[in-house]
Amino acid sequence: MKIAVCIKRVPDSETRVKIASDGKSLDEAGVKFILNPYDEFAVEEGLRLKEKAGTGEVVVIALGPAAAQETIRTALAMGADRGVLLQTQGLHPDGLETAKALAAELKDAGFDVILLGKMAIDDYNHQVGPMVAELLDLPCVTTVAHLEIVGGKGTAEREIEGGVEVVAFPLPAVLTTDKGLNEPRYPALKGIMAAKKKPLEVKPTAPGPGALEILSLTLPPERQAGKIVGEGSAAVAELVRLLREEAKVL
Amino acid sequence: MSNVLAVLEQRDGAIRKVSYEVVTGARRLADALSGGTGVDALILATGPVQGADQLGGFGADRVVTLTNAAFGSYAPEGYARAIADRVNADGYGAVVFAASATGKDLAPRVAARLGRPLVQDITDVTAAAGAVIATRPVYAGKALLKVRVAGGPVILSLRPNVFTPVQRPKAGAQESAGVDGSAGRVIVTQIKAAPAGTLDVAEAPIVVSGGRGLKDPANFKVLEALAAAFAGRAAVGASRAVVDAGWRPHADQVGQTGKTVSPTLYVAVGISGAIQHLAGMRTSKVIVAINKDKDAPIFKVADYGIVGDLFEVVPRLTEEIRKLHG
Repeated sequence: MKIAVCIKRVPDSETRVKIASDGKSLDEAGVKFILNPYDEFAVEEGLRLKEKAGTGEVVVIALGPAAAQETIRTALAMGADRGVLLQTQGLHPDGLETAKALAAELKDAGFDVILLGKMAIDDYNHQVGPMVAELLDLPCVTTVAHLEIVGGKGTAEREIEGGVEVVAFPLPAVLTTDKGLNEPRYPALKGIMAAKKKPLEVKPTAPGPGALEILSLTLPPERQAGKIVGEGSAAVAELVRLLREEAKVL
Repeated sequence: MSNVLAVLEQRDGAIRKVSYEVVTGARRLADALSGGTGVDALILATGPVQGADQLGGFGADRVVTLTNAAFGSYAPEGYARAIADRVNADGYGAVVFAASATGKDLAPRVAARLGRPLVQDITDVTAAAGAVIATRPVYAGKALLKVRVAGGPVILSLRPNVFTPVQRPKAGAQESAGVDGSAGRVIVTQIKAAPAGTLDVAEAPIVVSGGRGLKDPANFKVLEALAAAFAGRAAVGASRAVVDAGWRPHADQVGQTGKTVSPTLYVAVGISGAIQHLAGMRTSKVIVAINKDKDAPIFKVADYGIVGDLFEVVPRLTEEIRKLHG
């Protein structure tokens, strides 16, 4: 089984966001970057699909700056076979341009399954997977939390409001992964050593300008710290009164 | 500008509540663009849909139901094709979706099909000099990104619970048309419904969330009782720590690798308030924190706090809420 996993280098979820002096981007000074957590589930699922098939290849593809090579090495250390970096000068907000760049790389490469995280935890765009599918005219299931593939056909479960949708689809397909699908493995020392020798191709890429112009990136208004109503269960009656009479939410 | 198309959702032949928010948001955008901009509401279904006649009240000039035998359940490819064809045929200036489970799957497909960018999960929309300007939370709400969209159609999805439905009576003229085509290759074979009355944390008007302070997964029954006391208006959420520990399903997680929620009332119980959790709930209207540690960061964002043992405070609160609904 030939599997592609599209991944992204993102700021760690514990990052305190500081706005750069241009007022439009993140100040990256001191920020730790990681493999997007939702993409970890995609890498893990790709490895499991290959292991189950007993044969095949897991190719990791990232669009991003030169530093994203480290992110690809993380996925290679988990067990992916080779990496491709579509190297760009910074990333812009238009997910369709990202999808076009990835689709151009994925097209006609004979992948049975193309996996992506359901979204990146930085831009929250939540769109690149199904856009790639549309551009390649492939079926797509997003936010997959359970997956079975047997003989060229797949069944997936995805969470919807108030329930779970069970979805059937044929391969090849694009799938985006949600938390809960699997427990991603930690790269072992052996894997980390091996990853250094695995092929990583760097291809300069220039996505189009897109049709979105960033006007500003700002911090949300600070919430005013409220009041401590009191201690222990004795404070409950006063809390309920405040919620009714002051906040008017009950 | 040309008219705005609001793409609505139905389940089991009835309009989903979030659809009224979509019509409200579409109307707000239409009015910001220019006085004469119309709003068409679009429903995909197998036949007439319950609640369609009320959409005029929220600002729909026309309500168009596209019928197809394959449109009973969500069909990503069939829906995307029908919507994109409609947008191309009628030359809409903007298309508005809900950023729901379905909308976040469907809107990107429609956008890519139309070769247009998608501004997903927005919390505000306005217009200046005929161009649409949308605001959306990024970094799980730690920052707000404001973008201007060049050209059209402009494709947006609206974060649930943000565009509170507003009565804006318009004609709401009902039309129906059959469309050809199949569901596509991706078929919903079954919906496993959550137990009756269970609300999704992203959609519930009240969320009661628990963290490590609960000490044991079985103790979540204390929070379930509190949620139940709100008479069907509350959902139980969870912190990342307890989801990672396997105490609660991922569907319940609030925070940067879970859901971002904006309920009217958020009650954080035994949650210290890690930055990634705060990011997911900071836009709640009113936040209540119950924690035994008076220095817990959660108190810095809470409107009201009680310092104390949650196993004493929460049952007492449950009693008081029950009295209100009794």
